[in-house]
Amino acid sequence: MDLSYTPEEEDFRARLREWLARTLPGLPPRPSPGDWPGRRAYDLGWQRRLYEAGYAGVHWDATPGVRLIFLEETEKAGAPYVGAGFVGLLHAGPTIAAEGTDAQRARWLPPILRGEEVWCQGFSEPDAGSDLAALRTRAWRDGDDYVVTGSKIWTSHAEVADWCELLVRTDPAAPKHRGITWLALPMDAPGITVRPLRTLAGPAEFAEVFLDEVRVPVANRVGDENDGWRVTLVTLSFERGTAFAGEVVACRRALAELAVEARKNGRWDDPALRRRLGRLNAEFRALWRLTQWNVSAAEASGGVPGAGGSVFKLRYSHARQELYDAAAEVLGPDCLDLDRPWTPDRLSSLAYTIAAGTSQVQHSIIAERILGLPKGR
Amino acid sequence: MRFRLTDDQRALRVGVREALARQFDGRALRAAVEEADGGGAAGEGTGRAVGAPRLGRGLWRALGDLGFFALRVPEADGGVGLGLPEAVLVFEEAGRALLPGPLVATHLAAGAVPGAATGETVVAAVDGGLVEWLAAADVVRGDSAGAVPLRSLDPLTPLHRVPAGRPASGTDPVAVLLTAAEQLGTATRVCELAAQHARAREQFGRPIGAFQAVAHLCAGILVRAETARAAVYAAAVTADPADIAAARILADEAAVRGARDCLQVHGGMGFTWESEVHLHLKRAWVRAQRAGGVTESEEMLAAALASETA
Ligand SMILES: Cc1cc2nc3c(=O)[nH]c(=O)nc-3n(C[C@H](O)[C@H](O)[C@H](O)COP(=O)(O)OP(=O)(O)OC[C@H]3O[C@@H](n4cnc5c(N)ncnc54)[C@H](O)[C@@H]3O)c2cc1C
Repeated sequence: MDLSYTPEEEDFRARLREWLARTLPGLPPRPSPGDWPGRRAYDLGWQRRLYEAGYAGVHWDATPGVRLIFLEETEKAGAPYVGAGFVGLLHAGPTIAAEGTDAQRARWLPPILRGEEVWCQGFSEPDAGSDLAALRTRAWRDGDDYVVTGSKIWTSHAEVADWCELLVRTDPAAPKHRGITWLALPMDAPGITVRPLRTLAGPAEFAEVFLDEVRVPVANRVGDENDGWRVTLVTLSFERGTAFAGEVVACRRALAELAVEARKNGRWDDPALRRRLGRLNAEFRALWRLTQWNVSAAEASGGVPGAGGSVFKLRYSHARQELYDAAAEVLGPDCLDLDRPWTPDRLSSLAYTIAAGTSQVQHSIIAERILGLPKGR
Repeated sequence: MRFRLTDDQRALRVGVREALARQFDGRALRAAVEEADGGGAAGEGTGRAVGAPRLGRGLWRALGDLGFFALRVPEADGGVGLGLPEAVLVFEEAGRALLPGPLVATHLAAGAVPGAATGETVVAAVDGGLVEWLAAADVVRGDSAGAVPLRSLDPLTPLHRVPAGRPASGTDPVAVLLTAAEQLGTATRVCELAAQHARAREQFGRPIGAFQAVAHLCAGILVRAETARAAVYAAAVTADPADIAAARILADEAAVRGARDCLQVHGGMGFTWESEVHLHLKRAWVRAQRAGGVTESEEMLAAALASETA
């Protein structure tokens, strides 16, 4: 068990720190949450800077040590988060790297790294959420194209995406897990309608996507026809395994700020509140260690995170909600003020136990795949 | 950064588990409980102290021979010369096996108290207002004057109350960490027990583990145990007091809540004296009292939070 970093990794840290100190002051002001074109430009602009400085591929081909240093240092310095780059950098990209052909890697990966293209995730449908494999969006083969008709929902960043990792049903007669195919859908293809959906936090973070006889080249298929479920499991393991690692550092920073706030407004003198924050400190420290543990385990097993990702995702999503509940206790009546940043963050935290597989689904995955309990349903 | 067990550490774990299975298997555990129980149900409610558990001197020396106590004593001084990570793995196994005795106190005394390292001397320590295994000890560290026995909730941990107990905040962080490792062992064990029972026991024509309400309880036990594992192992590597306090909080929760949920999964069987489950819960409760309890660790981490921002 080694938690130390090599001299090369420490050197990486020092150079990154120095680069962040030089670069961050020159960033444009952050766009408002509702300004989607502004957010796209801002997030891609940040990725472009990372690319030019040689940091773009850190999520993909760096050692676990370098990756975690990157997440730690960017977060501590208050650098922008991946934002609209989330799907491209943290799940479509890794999936294409693991499952795509050379030509597909050459086509899609560089623009993700250079901050030129945004991806979204078209998995969920109105009638296929937790039961994702029940998805019904149909694709027929017509020459060198698939023709796709159906609808997707809860598609984050759909409004500003260039590409969508799309799950379609190519064989309706096969058992539900065996008739699914993974396609890269160009979002400017004719027949696509995107309708933004407002979230309870106010702005439209996700959208409905309607597909009406949209033509997608067969060359855009990642993996074999009807083998999309296996590819999907690879994608989901990235999503649950490591995609949230950086946020743990962000939560630790938020918790420290909360302690400052509590000292300022006197709530710190309440031992029960103080102990609650102490417990959250333990929680987020442990989650960071669990991240290090999972990343090391993934490296030992060839790069794809295992079911341990569900353990992390489940625990983290609840911890995040507890953090913002504790913030509300510190703020008192101010927790109702949308102009205190804690308030919208508390609202956003409500999504964490739903998105990327609900807590109930994660419990079932752990029970079946780790503990070997019989399938329920 | 390679945060996973090395091959040597894996081998150590397997070796310790096998050795403990030889020295103190399920039957030995049962026998120790029955012996400690003395009059059993007849003694209950009569106000008569139940028979105190005996500390097997043979077991203690066997543990000494295994290097259990001398584990961190430098080789130059006749010890095994291993570090905290290895000690944590060994104490995790001890916790898992419900090994009785003042394990942490004797381990910490190795090198300081003659005979502790070899298991010749049994060492107990005053911790706050309590001492575990006072009567069985050859040496007691701390001021145990005026110690009075209490009727211990855990049949395998005799306890004395100490009026002038020194403040628990003086506790060696290593003692806190090794306790957390024992709690992790309990959390791991109750997870196995719960899952085994959920797979085997049938009701309504299927294994109870097929019911989500049961499956999700089991999954919760696992999540707490694995999160605690990451915290405990990391604290063993860094030896940082704040990491140790965090490990303690997570491991206490994993052990106590894990044992309770495991009991729930076992139904009526879980409430019997026969079942192993209550022994884990009771031991977890005993350990949770050590070193000022979890309150101390929470306050410490709250204070750490303040200094992290400064
Ligand atoms: C902020 C946000 C962003 C999202 N972004 C995307 C995106 O970009 N792309 C995308 O494809 N999807 C996205 N999603 C969708 C998300 O993956 C789904 O919402 C989620 O998988 C749950 O599906 P559902 O909403 O249909 O709920 P349902 O599946 O209908 O679940 C409703 C309730 O029933 C419970 N339940 C369902 N089945 C079971 C079962 N078998 N056992 C026990 N309980 C069960 C659930 O836990 C939940 O509590 C996003 C969701 C949110 C909230």
